[in-house]
Amino acid sequence: MSSSGTITPDPGTQVAGVGGGSVVQTKRRSVFQVITPFLAMMPFTVYVALGLFLPMVAVSILAFKTVDGHWTMHNINLLFTGVYAAGFKNSIELALFTSIVPGILGVFLAHAIATSRSELLRRLVASASGVLANFGGVNLAFIFLASYGLNGIATVWLKSIGITFEPNLSDFNGVVFVYLYFQIPLMVLIVTPALGGLRPSWREAAEGLGASTWSYWRRVGVPVLTPAVLGGMLLLFGSGFAAYATVQALTAGSVALSPVLIGDFLNGNNLAGYEHVGYAIGFGMIVVLLVTMVAYVFIQRRATRWLR
Amino acid sequence: MASLVAPIGTEEVEGVAEEMPIASAKRRRRPRFFRGFVLLVAAVYFLLPLFAGLKYTFEDANGDFSFSTVRSIASQPYLGSALWLTVRLAVLAMVVTMALMIPTTVYVHLKLPKMRRVMDLVTLLPIVFPPIVLVLGVLKTYPLALRNSPYLLSLLYVILAMPFVYRSLDAGLGAIDLKTLVEASKSLGGRWISTLLRVILPNLTTALISAVVLTIALVFAEFTLAYLTQWQTISVWIVQFNGTDGHITVAVSMLLLLGTWILLSAIVVVDLIRSRQKLKRRTTAS
Repeated sequence: MSSSGTITPDPGTQVAGVGGGSVVQTKRRSVFQVITPFLAMMPFTVYVALGLFLPMVAVSILAFKTVDGHWTMHNINLLFTGVYAAGFKNSIELALFTSIVPGILGVFLAHAIATSRSELLRRLVASASGVLANFGGVNLAFIFLASYGLNGIATVWLKSIGITFEPNLSDFNGVVFVYLYFQIPLMVLIVTPALGGLRPSWREAAEGLGASTWSYWRRVGVPVLTPAVLGGMLLLFGSGFAAYATVQALTAGSVALSPVLIGDFLNGNNLAGYEHVGYAIGFGMIVVLLVTMVAYVFIQRRATRWLR
Repeated sequence: MASLVAPIGTEEVEGVAEEMPIASAKRRRRPRFFRGFVLLVAAVYFLLPLFAGLKYTFEDANGDFSFSTVRSIASQPYLGSALWLTVRLAVLAMVVTMALMIPTTVYVHLKLPKMRRVMDLVTLLPIVFPPIVLVLGVLKTYPLALRNSPYLLSLLYVILAMPFVYRSLDAGLGAIDLKTLVEASKSLGGRWISTLLRVILPNLTTALISAVVLTIALVFAEFTLAYLTQWQTISVWIVQFNGTDGHITVAVSMLLLLGTWILLSAIVVVDLIRSRQKLKRRTTAS
């Protein structure tokens, strides 16, 4: 680092300056320095490769194979027919609804909390968001059924104060209503750091120049936040697209969604010609996921520009 | 560190607001009203099902308050074994997660800051990667011995927990002066293992505890993987038992949710009190 040689923070350069006798040591050190990062990252890399990428690649390959192991496009072609095409259409629609609506609501909520003066409220909501974002699944489904189902407690309460609200939890809209419960907290978790990047001094500067609240948001707030919010929505899209447990518990398979169809494939006997269709659905989901992630990376690059 | 800075920052902003002309002070009132409205709607949406679930848990057939449902939970068939299996899975998942993620995250922060972006992205994948596709691939590729063992689930839960655990550790490490701590420990002759265990980890207590609680919460709530690999964990038990008594399923779900929430909130409150004390000590010292 420094050319003086007396106080060098980098041990490598210091040794190199000593002389011929320590050349071997220099080499060994530099090799060690090159290898150490690989060794240190090895357990994590191997774990992710075996735990995430291996299953992903296996499903993708099996989507193009027959039961006998020959290559085929048959399984993929099936995706564009009947219930499988409907499953993708429903899944994508559901994921769109449950990413845009909770995405916007989540930003409002995160902003309301981030600007709150109570440190305790802010922290409690953060911890609650962590719990609820993880709390999809069957527990949530049953609590919602107890609350908003036929004669559900919340339904009865609301009726007693004159509000008739009886969502059918086992249809498409009902599933969206329940999904909000874990998608909004997930959005709050994702977007809060970006809101922190919105500096109070910018608002003061805008107000000092005579900007109204509206023009501050239109010209400063929204443009700065847009990439982060879009990125968050893409993640919500992925999470809504992937969710299986909640919808399975709510609808018992009556709404055709891609994950539900894979579940049926895994549980049931499959007709001749349909033995590998589950892998094809899986491959289709992986493709949608990869497109989502590429878009996310692209948007994230723009988002982080403002957060430095 | 961020928590120490924040209160001072907001006070400064308020000081400015008080000196501002009346017209702009009025303008700031509307967002405050809007914020109250947003918080109210959110509170109703998020708390109503919880209250309903609680009422459902603590009422008897006549709708009166009673502990009869809660008491009868203990005597449910197979619940004990489902719970015991889930606890074992959670402990293993937690140990593996920590052994894998702590050294990796610390190393990335210390030596490979450029890798943080890649880590951010890789640890996001499990949020969007469908667990059901994961099962498809796992059942086809993993060795039989592993497929026949319930502990396969623990290994997969490590993947699912990664996003939240990594973010928690990342935030914790970002809030301490890691480089200085490590240099200090090194110059005092500490080896890397004692640096990690005796210097870094004690500074990460809050992040570690919340990562642990989130991992446990995830294992207790996870359904897809357990159901499709046919192991009766607690959430699979809830679904299979659902036909018999709705009150008990809701009660078990509520207890799981509230248990995690109370644990996490307790950590948050303790941490807040501690950081306030630190702040006080600092201001009196200076």
